[in-house]
This record gives sequence, structure tokens and C-alpha cells, in this order.
Amino acid sequence: MYEHNGEKYFIVDSHMHYWNAAPDNWVPGAEQYAKGWIECFHAYQGLGPPETHWTIEHFQKYSEDDLMKDVFEDGHVDVAIFQPTDLKEWYKEGFNTTARNAEMGKKHPGKFIYNTNFDPRNGDNGLEELKRNVERFGSKGVKLYTAEWNNGSRGYKLSDPGAYRFLEAAQNLGIKNVHVHKGPTIWPLDKDAFDVSDIDHCATDFPDLNFIIEHVGLPRIEDFCFMATQEPNVYAGLSVVIGGLMYARPNFFAKVMGELLFWVGEDKMTFGSDYGIWEPKWQVEGFAAWEMPDREEFADFPRLGVAGKKKILGLNAAKLYDIKVPDEFQLPASAGTPGAHEVLGEPVAGA
Amino acid sequence: MRVFSPVASQEGLLRALETVRDPELDEPITSLGFVASCTVSADGDAEVRLRLPTYFCAPNFAYLMVADAYAAVSALPGVRLTTVVLEDHFASDAINGGVAAQAGFVRSFDGEAVAELDQLRADFLRKAVMAGTDQVCRPLLAAGTDPAALLAMTLREVPPSRALSRLRERRAELGLPAGDSDLLLIDPVTGSAVDIDALPLHMRRARVTRVSIEANSGICRGMLRHRYDTPGQGESVLSQTQEEDQ
Repeated sequence: MYEHNGEKYFIVDSHMHYWNAAPDNWVPGAEQYAKGWIECFHAYQGLGPPETHWTIEHFQKYSEDDLMKDVFEDGHVDVAIFQPTDLKEWYKEGFNTTARNAEMGKKHPGKFIYNTNFDPRNGDNGLEELKRNVERFGSKGVKLYTAEWNNGSRGYKLSDPGAYRFLEAAQNLGIKNVHVHKGPTIWPLDKDAFDVSDIDHCATDFPDLNFIIEHVGLPRIEDFCFMATQEPNVYAGLSVVIGGLMYARPNFFAKVMGELLFWVGEDKMTFGSDYGIWEPKWQVEGFAAWEMPDREEFADFPRLGVAGKKKILGLNAAKLYDIKVPDEFQLPASAGTPGAHEVLGEPVAGA
Repeated sequence: MRVFSPVASQEGLLRALETVRDPELDEPITSLGFVASCTVSADGDAEVRLRLPTYFCAPNFAYLMVADAYAAVSALPGVRLTTVVLEDHFASDAINGGVAAQAGFVRSFDGEAVAELDQLRADFLRKAVMAGTDQVCRPLLAAGTDPAALLAMTLREVPPSRALSRLRERRAELGLPAGDSDLLLIDPVTGSAVDIDALPLHMRRARVTRVSIEANSGICRGMLRHRYDTPGQGESVLSQTQEEDQ
């Protein structure tokens, strides 16, 4: 819970992690990738305020106590959603697995939601594993990293037939929310790995699933915005947008927010700290206090009011995950401002 | 008889590298800080070392920058041997070896790629054209030009600016109309005129494309600075084309 200017915010951190990327977990022969991955994440942390930077050693492996303090005690978060990424080719026990998350989370009932994941290239075994994970951890969501390396393959598209088979299976198992994270590689390598058009197909073909595009498709915000305008079940995950831009590049942050508010709308945007990349405290506090700059170049962007901030910081994700929110944090049904597809009256055809 | 041969200089190398752009960010690799070093020996052997914001930057774009740097430097008068090395990247070996052997992308990434990168490059040039459209039109609109009047405006009628020159260069590279009497607003795929009904969406798309590229560039610069504490050769603290924060 966070209170600012007399307004109470219920905070759902919809994208966070509990990883082990320390050398004891590096796969022999793949050390350079394990090291490169975590150093890349650490560089992202460099975009946050200096007083929130960690040493690389602490960043590689933070403790359960660190997480509970940073996220809940100091970070104002009410409920946090674990988003796993396996990367088992590089990390012996995986980078950040559902099992590791749940092992920790079970000591703190009511605080965490355990999303799981799948990889369509794992075939029948992967389907079995998905089923076991959903049953064991009660997952309502999956996190998919399409650039994961797997047996010589450097990634996949969500529109591949194999991926559709998994999406169908996930839906039958009760999965509601699909978080998608694009990375730098895909098959074939000559295509743009960050392209989001595969999600466009999925969103149309699986209207009962919600697709939350993490870091709003960065570095393809424009493609993401066109797509999200046309698909009612596509959401903008703000991980990296707030963490990577709000402090380091405030003007670009305002412009990106302006674009998202126009194309996607405040009802379809969800806060995620991406912890341990960034601590939630400064992100929550900064976002609750943030205002669109009052200058000419920002004049035609929509504004974000208190109602919109409440939705983005928690209420939207609470709806996606059926999280019970106490009445004192709720909004009247009509509060806030819709996004472009509603303003324009119909989907922006051909966009 | 002695044959006079021109001598390549480091200055000349840097000028050549300024023509090489990051295809995603549409900015020279020099101003982005991607040139770690560039040297040329008295005999004309040139060596360029490149660096990127992360170990996992997309290998296709990385390949294009290394290949373009190789082409730009090796075309210089007085350069005998050209070596371009991408440092600290997961695909350094495949990229450096492939470019040195002039193997092309498909052969450099055996079995992992099915085509060369011309289509990828063209797709990103189209994004640059859209972003450039916003860069050129925004000041016109701010100065009171009626949005509908933009539809009939030719390139000759736009006041000269660096943004306009860039837009025309990018259009010409794509084979799109870029002459004095060609229209300012065109479809970036077909080159045809923009319809009045499509104007608001066209301008919105131009703006979001520019915002996306600029935000991406901001993140890349921050990551590079975190990774390397020394400036690159020819790096400009302020971007040439973007307004910057702070």
C-alpha cells in the first residue's frame, strides 16, 4: 500500500524475479553467456537512481530477506507476481524458475502469485511439465521468453504451430494471462527478433487469453502500439519503461507514456518493477508523483490522473489475476480515461 | 619509378565510420560511441574495434554495422588491409570471421539464417523515414502550418534543415521519391501520396515511431555508458538528431 497526497494506492508488482545468477550456478562451458546475461541486466540497473545501484555480486544473488525488504517492507508492494525465466543452457538450476520462486514464496502466504512458463520446442515433455507446474503452483499466468536458447535453436515465434499447441493446452489448464518477453535472437536470425506481429496473430486467435507485452515491446514500441490498438486482449507491461526511463530519461519517459496512454490507454497498462533489476520503492513513489510535463511538445498527449495511476499501479493487474482488493483502494466504475481504440470509435484499421 | 600512393589517416578513418549507422537507431556509430578505437599504420593497415551497449545486442544489426564499417574503411584510398573487430559480444567470432571472409550473413551463421539482411535494413530505413517525417513536420505545424496543407507540400517548399536532408537521403536509399518536386508526405512503402483521411493516423504513426527510436537510443546510450567508462572515437555526448534530456 502506498499513500500519496491523501490517495491510497494498492500496489501489484506484476513482473518481478528471484534469481540466482552467481558463478556457482553457471553451466560449465557456458560461463560467458551466464556472465553476459547478468551483466546486461546489471547495466539496466544503472539507469535507475545511483543510490539504488547494487554491486554485481549482490545483483547476481540476492537473498530472500533482501527481496522481502526491498519489495514489501520498503517497496510498498501488496502482491507480487513472479515471472520465471529458465535459461537452463546457461544456469545449472535455471536462472529464475517457478520452483525456486515457489519454494521461497510459500513461507509468505498471500504475498506472491506464481506464474510458470513453457517452451514449445520441448514438445510432449514440455506439455507434461506445464501441466505439473500449473497443478502444483496454481499458476494463472505464464511468462514466455521467445529468445531462449534451446538445443541449438535461438528462439521461436508465438505464431509457430508448436506454440499454438501450447497456448491451447495452457488455456485448457486454466491459464488466463500470457506475459511475453522478446529478446535479441529468434529463428531465423535474419528476421527482426523483437517483431511483435506473432502476438497479433495469437491475440486474435485466442480471444480469451490476455497477452501482456512486457517492456511494451521495447525496442519496438511503435509496432506494439499499432497492434495493441487493434487487439482488446493485449496489455502493456511497464517493466523497463518506468525503471529504464523515468529517472534516466524523463523527457523520453513522458513521451513514451504519452504514446501508450493514447494508443493503449490506462486500462491496459500494468506496473512491473522487474525486481531485482530495479527496486520498486523509487518506481512506485516516482510514478505516483509523476505528471505529464506542461510544455508545448507534450500538449497533445493524454493526461494521467490519480484514477489512471491507481489502475496502472495495481487495479488492472488485480483484475487480470482476480486479486481481492479492499474497498478503500477501489475506484468508481467510470473513473479514468479510455485509450485510442475507444476514442476513435473503432479499431484503427490498417495501422 | 615511384608511384605516389595516398596515405590514409585516422581522421580519414573516422570520417568513413561516420557514414556507418546503427540501422535501428538511425545514427552514426561514431556519435553513438560504438567505435572503441580506429588506427591505421604507416603501411595502410587499418584496424577498427567496435563495441555495443550489451553482450546480447541483436546479432543481425551487429553484423550490419561490422560489415558496413568494413566496406567504408576498405574503400578508403591508401588503406591496404582492413580489420574490423566487434568486441565483447556473444556472436563476436561468427560476425568478425564472417565479415573478414566476406561470407555474408547466411554463411556466417550457418543454418541459423535463411536470407541476407537487405529486407531487415529496408524495414528499418522505412521506420527512419517515418521518424524523419515527424522531425520535419513538427516544426512546420508549430509554426502554424495547417496539417492539411502538408499533404500538397513538396520537398522544395520545406525550409532547409538537417532533418530534411536526412529524410531525403533515407528516402533516396529506399528508392522512394526524394526530388525537389516530390511530396513531403508519402507512404513509406509505396511512395504514393497520403490521403487526407489517412493524415491523422499517418502523423500519429510518424510520431510514435520517432518516440520509439529516440527512447531506444536513450536506453542504449545509458547501457553503453554503464558498460564502458571511456568515450568512443568521435562520440558526441549529445545526439546529433535528438533533443536530449537534462
